[in-house]
Amino acid sequence: MSGLASVYRVVAGTAVQTQLQYRTTNYLFMLGMIAEPVVYLVVWQTVADAQGGSVQGITAGDFAAYYIVWTLVRNMNIVFTPYGWEGRIRQGELSGMLVRPVHPLHHDLAYFAGWKVVVVLLWLPIAAVLTLVFRPTFDVSPVEVLVFLVAIWGAYLIRSMLLWVLGMVTFWTTRVSALYELYFTAELLLSGRLLPLVLLPAWAATAADWLPFRYTFGYPIEVLAGDLTTAELWGGLAAQGAWVLAGTAMVAVVWRFGVRRYSAVGN
Amino acid sequence: MEPAIRVRDLRKTFRVAERDAGLGASVRSLVRRRYREVAAVAGVSFDVAPGEVVGFLGPNGAGKTTTLKMLSGLLHPTGGEVSVLGHVPARREKAYLGRITLVMGNRNQLQWDIPALDSFELNRAVYRIPEPEFRRARDELVELLEIGDLVRKPVRTLSLGERMKAEVAAALLHRPQVLFLDEPTIGLDIGAQKRLRGFVAEYTRRHGASVLLTSHYMADVQALCQRVVVIDKGQVLFDGGLRQLTARFSPHQTITVQLAEPGTDLSAFGAVVEAGEGRVSIQVPKAETSAVAGRLLAAHAVTDLTIEDPPIEDVIEQAFSAGRTA
Repeated sequence: MSGLASVYRVVAGTAVQTQLQYRTTNYLFMLGMIAEPVVYLVVWQTVADAQGGSVQGITAGDFAAYYIVWTLVRNMNIVFTPYGWEGRIRQGELSGMLVRPVHPLHHDLAYFAGWKVVVVLLWLPIAAVLTLVFRPTFDVSPVEVLVFLVAIWGAYLIRSMLLWVLGMVTFWTTRVSALYELYFTAELLLSGRLLPLVLLPAWAATAADWLPFRYTFGYPIEVLAGDLTTAELWGGLAAQGAWVLAGTAMVAVVWRFGVRRYSAVGN
Repeated sequence: MEPAIRVRDLRKTFRVAERDAGLGASVRSLVRRRYREVAAVAGVSFDVAPGEVVGFLGPNGAGKTTTLKMLSGLLHPTGGEVSVLGHVPARREKAYLGRITLVMGNRNQLQWDIPALDSFELNRAVYRIPEPEFRRARDELVELLEIGDLVRKPVRTLSLGERMKAEVAAALLHRPQVLFLDEPTIGLDIGAQKRLRGFVAEYTRRHGASVLLTSHYMADVQALCQRVVVIDKGQVLFDGGLRQLTARFSPHQTITVQLAEPGTDLSAFGAVVEAGEGRVSIQVPKAETSAVAGRLLAAHAVTDLTIEDPPIEDVIEQAFSAGRTA
């Protein structure tokens, strides 16, 4: 096995072992996380019922499908956060990582990817219960399943890169909570996390198309729970690819300047 | 022979923000920040030969850790030259990082929730150690450090001393040729300190590794280092053997005698530093030790006599004081 692949395999294995030890904590965390989409789902199903069965063509069953897939995509979206960066720099953990001959990005990507194995296992019964309670409407083709399986990893990579870039702001200042909050608010509104993007005003939906957030939430959900055309399916993957590349380039540039700054100031 | 570590006129200056105390100063600093340049390392030069173990000593804030960080590539020097194993550390080339290790006694590198053996496996992948070599190195380290039972327990369940031994093992799996050890025995009990010291000595003997060691425990230095570099305020005060250090900074020796007749006054022979129960210690200039001892033996009924250099801690303290008043 090549060197880097071996690092990924071992780190991911470490994550599985560690997170299995914390399965109760993980479960409680997931249950807490489920509360968010369930609230959205109940609200939208109520609105749909009040409007004669649908909101802009989205039925109660469609909403259920959307928010059940949401729970999986949200779990795929858990990555190393800027808050983690604060600790990493303040407590000097980064120094230990910098004296090793592997870029710390690989460690984070591999660790959180390994964590997904545990998360998906824990998610299955939750998805089953949500399906029984909310009765989603799914109309899925094999191609959509295939694209979805790629798209959730695309979402994972885009969000990893974006939050790495945001986290690296910590190289310059450790008081960046306001910036993080701004990011998370924009993401909430423009990613499809709060509501399906088709329900946004036209200008906001257009803005969402040109920003990366949609490709971390709305797009993968719509692949499975929406009604995308073939062009939209593949176009979305292409856009994800472009954002992964752009994110990687941003990480490379900010990392270079950030490490130079860290090497000047130290910790 | 080409030195393993070569440092010439190494400098590191930090720019630190400062302000006076109080609300007014706090508001003023919002508009106009005041900075001060602090020279943490101010022109340090020394060499470390392959296989040499050098103690890097100095009081808190002397610039030891800053120097170690520059040598390991974590900090960019403001000036001067550094070469370790022929590499410029600040470039942090993979080939370089794979040949060194940095152990900081107060920092944890092992994964907290899993056994150390799994962290070892991670290092095998990170340092691309071929499997048979890895197994050999791991088994050797486990045996030398006597941690066979410990490496199977989650790291969080280990005591500080046990964890430190596992940390050191993890840091040496890739058989580094240069070891930067920053307070490796801090917080350990005497027994654990002693075992770790013995291990470092054995490792360097077996593998010919060079070591730069900082420690506040002089026993570490005495047990491991042929040479010490003493720094204070970012500058080298002394570079040489422990014996030379004592000769230079402590011109006295202590003669301790056990007298047959207790209560005898020996102040005519030197400065009495301790007296009681017939046992008296006097401090005399080093050049006069033999003569004074001879006179003492001739003048009094002495049942036992020892001559000692002062404790190394006192010598170092003396060196720091000399540096401050120089």
